[in-house]
Amino acid sequence: MERINQRLGALSALPVVLFLAAGFLAPLIVVAAFSMMPQKVFSLANLPDFSSYAIMVKEGYWESLLVSLAMALAATLILFVICWPLAFAMAKVFGRFTLVLTIGVVMTLFVSENIRLFGWVLTLMKGGLIEGYWRTWTGQSFDGLLYNVPVIIFGLVYVYLPFMLFPLAQGISMVPDDARQAAFDLGANRWQIFREVELPLAAPGIMVGCLITFVLTAGAIAESKLLGGRAVIVISDEIERAFTYGQNWPLGSALAVTLIGVVGTLAIFGVSRIDLDAIMGRRR
Amino acid sequence: MNPSKGGRIGLYAYGILILAFLYLPLISVGFASVSQARYLSFPIRQYTTQWYGQALESDTVSDLLWISLQVATIVTIISMVLGFFGALAFARYHWRFRRLYQKLILLPIFFPQSVLGLALLMWFNAVGITPTWHTAIIAHLVWIAPIATLIIAIRAYSFDPALEEAARDMGCSTWQTLREVTIPLLMPGVISAGLFSFLLSWGNFPLSLFTTGADLTLPEWLYAKMVSGYSPLVPTVGMLSVAASIVLVVVAFAVSMLTTRFKRNTTN
Repeated sequence: MERINQRLGALSALPVVLFLAAGFLAPLIVVAAFSMMPQKVFSLANLPDFSSYAIMVKEGYWESLLVSLAMALAATLILFVICWPLAFAMAKVFGRFTLVLTIGVVMTLFVSENIRLFGWVLTLMKGGLIEGYWRTWTGQSFDGLLYNVPVIIFGLVYVYLPFMLFPLAQGISMVPDDARQAAFDLGANRWQIFREVELPLAAPGIMVGCLITFVLTAGAIAESKLLGGRAVIVISDEIERAFTYGQNWPLGSALAVTLIGVVGTLAIFGVSRIDLDAIMGRRR
Repeated sequence: MNPSKGGRIGLYAYGILILAFLYLPLISVGFASVSQARYLSFPIRQYTTQWYGQALESDTVSDLLWISLQVATIVTIISMVLGFFGALAFARYHWRFRRLYQKLILLPIFFPQSVLGLALLMWFNAVGITPTWHTAIIAHLVWIAPIATLIIAIRAYSFDPALEEAARDMGCSTWQTLREVTIPLLMPGVISAGLFSFLLSWGNFPLSLFTTGADLTLPEWLYAKMVSGYSPLVPTVGMLSVAASIVLVVVAFAVSMLTTRFKRNTTN
């Protein structure tokens, strides 16, 4: 039986592993190779000179990386605060309403991110839903709410809410009610229960939620373009520009490698500490 | 210990508030799509359905729909197959490199999609493939096949290995066990994975952006129009794309409810 399990396991992993090797790992190697090439070449048949990394440091591209990481951190923290009460209620308080919420939130994921952000543009712009009705009802006008840094973070919070909400709810459902009850009986207040019982026991869900939110928001591009009107330039935007307007693949690759280096290290570190079997509900 | 009545009401209100927040932009798009004015401004003075008529008659829009539909359909079929076997390796069988394999599956999901799209573009260029909508299928699959694997794996975790062992003890071959026991038991997971795959591919923008070459999918066209200035067709086509997703989800729900009822009736 054990032998059959070994063989069937490896055999059934084979198709998806081969596919990811060709479609995920190989492209990453190509990006890494391109990042070492001289400026503005389009083939790998050149001697590496690492000039892109020098340009990246000299011309201040690292500032965009810092901007992206700072906004990602802000969005992750805000999302944690917003989602915790709701995730708690979904895991412990709501009955059937949890299903309604889950379906309602998942449905938004199926609508292209573009369309939803475009909806916010129509809502927040001058002459948009909010300003337009405000002007009609009060007679006062104000400028649109778009094209600044807070609205980009708002967009990130909006788009990536499900990625924080569901892992948190899953994490909180792993906290036994008995543990909370016992802490309460021993005289802990709400804050102490949160800090001493819920936070550590729900840690796997919290980690997955924060990690995936941070990684995805750090690489996000549409929010800053559509809502922010390039109030700041994010790293993905720099990468895209190096590839399109700049026609400089090595520079774009070096920027991409740096971004991947930061978020990839975080992701690998986080993922290696998570027991997937426990989170996804193995029986026994 | 559990929240008081007031606290419960507060939490319900909060949940409804979050849902309203998630849907508010779509309401704006919906209003914009029926506004008569060529340059949109709220409050809307005159309503019209003319943009829907124009969108449905336009050849560009039907080409976009057709390309997006083909991509999403092929992505769905392939990710259901890859995900089915991938999930067995993820959750069912205990084999030597399972932990490592689980992490490999997660990595593409924990990865910035626009960067992934660019990496694929360079890879296609390096091996001499010209990007068209066919290559976008590969790009979508790199992200969607792992998600399908995870969705089916949730089902595979709650599956009793004794059922397969019993089938084998009674003389079924590996293939027969798969066909008679494993596939029927995992079917609900495979179908929801298929639904997710279709909808995620249908709405995907960052992966398509760099990998479709000269072809355009629906979300790409919308984006191009959004950044190049307002067109009254943008909200309309956006709403049509949302409507298509809603129809698919409703049909899937109806079919799943009917089959459960049908099964219950036949067993009674």
